[in-house]
Amino acid sequence: MAVKTLTEATFKEEVLQANQPVLVDFYADWCGPCRMLRPTLEELSEERTDVKFAAINIDDNPELADDFDISSIPCVILFKNGAEADRSVGLVPKEALEDFLG
Amino acid sequence: MTDIVIIGAGPAGLTAAIYARRASKSVLVLEAMSYGGQIINTPHIENYPVAAHISGFDFATKVYEQAKALGAEIKFQKALEIRDNGDTKTVVTAKGEYEAKAVIIATGSKNRPLGVDGEKKLVGRGISYCATCDGAFFRGKAVAVVGGGNTALEDALYMADIAEKVYLIHRRDAFRGEEASAEKLQALDNVELVLNSQVTKLNADKRLQSIEVTDKQGNVRTLEVSGLFVAVGRIPENQPFAPLIELDGAGYAVAAENCRTKTKGIFVAGDNRVKDVRQLVTATADGAVAATEAVHYINS
Repeated sequence: MAVKTLTEATFKEEVLQANQPVLVDFYADWCGPCRMLRPTLEELSEERTDVKFAAINIDDNPELADDFDISSIPCVILFKNGAEADRSVGLVPKEALEDFLG
Repeated sequence: MTDIVIIGAGPAGLTAAIYARRASKSVLVLEAMSYGGQIINTPHIENYPVAAHISGFDFATKVYEQAKALGAEIKFQKALEIRDNGDTKTVVTAKGEYEAKAVIIATGSKNRPLGVDGEKKLVGRGISYCATCDGAFFRGKAVAVVGGGNTALEDALYMADIAEKVYLIHRRDAFRGEEASAEKLQALDNVELVLNSQVTKLNADKRLQSIEVTDKQGNVRTLEVSGLFVAVGRIPENQPFAPLIELDGAGYAVAAENCRTKTKGIFVAGDNRVKDVRQLVTATADGAVAATEAVHYINS
């Protein structure tokens, strides 16, 4: 599995109505730490088949960023059963994201 | 055994790796997070010779690839301790121990938190340590910047262009940062200086709603802000190595231009070293000097 890019149009179906946990990476192209984090998320998406991995470009989808009170990126939110379960802000090492996913 | 273990894969550490490899020394770079260090937060580098314009991410990636192509080995492990065995040193991580003839500490620095209750929980929900990274989230809103150095002044100037209102909070009545920036700020209609004051409380529901500032006389004032940019300095990441290197009062590693510490075979390079100018170009310069010194040390 790779990290799937979503939009406001697909967010509800792909994240809120998903029947497995979804990790959503809120990012922007101009954000260096976001670009640094992405390969780690790609790796994890191969290793953790129990979790779906998605990404939202906050410049293209500002309403979603606002809905989730995001004021700093990268911001990674773990959704379970249609609601936010936890979030991690900033660049973190792979081990920290493994712990975050549980 | 590796010739040189370099702790930190920022601009200083990676430049040291390049110099050490070109001197035919074996090199292991240990990095706790990701390569590049804090330069990856900078969207536009425009003061590095030859590169008129490059992003921090691209700069970091190019240096990283250059070091790797020259044969530097890079492991993503956090160095916890250095042991001095005389002629050799042992660098300890959670995953292993690495023996080296010389060690270069290029760990840089991290943001100093404000130290107000609830701060950590609000990072990414109104509190930020990087105006150029997160400023765009506060377009048309009221924000505060706290600090008195150049970073605080530059953050306030940057936010004055984006935000509706900017409060600049400083615990003293004069700024340490450049006079020219302070004068520019004073001329701006949407910037208010809140001097002789400290942030004493953060009010939030899901995100930051307001902050309380207390002045020297004890008067409390509430500022309705949705963003608080903390620019109260940085903490050099030298503490784990303190027994072997001398630190100044602020925690910076004491070493002259030659990057030598008080322990033979241990060198320090970059922002975590005592110096007046902390720029990308001074970090890479330190990397070159420290590696050259380490090579001389090993050869002699």
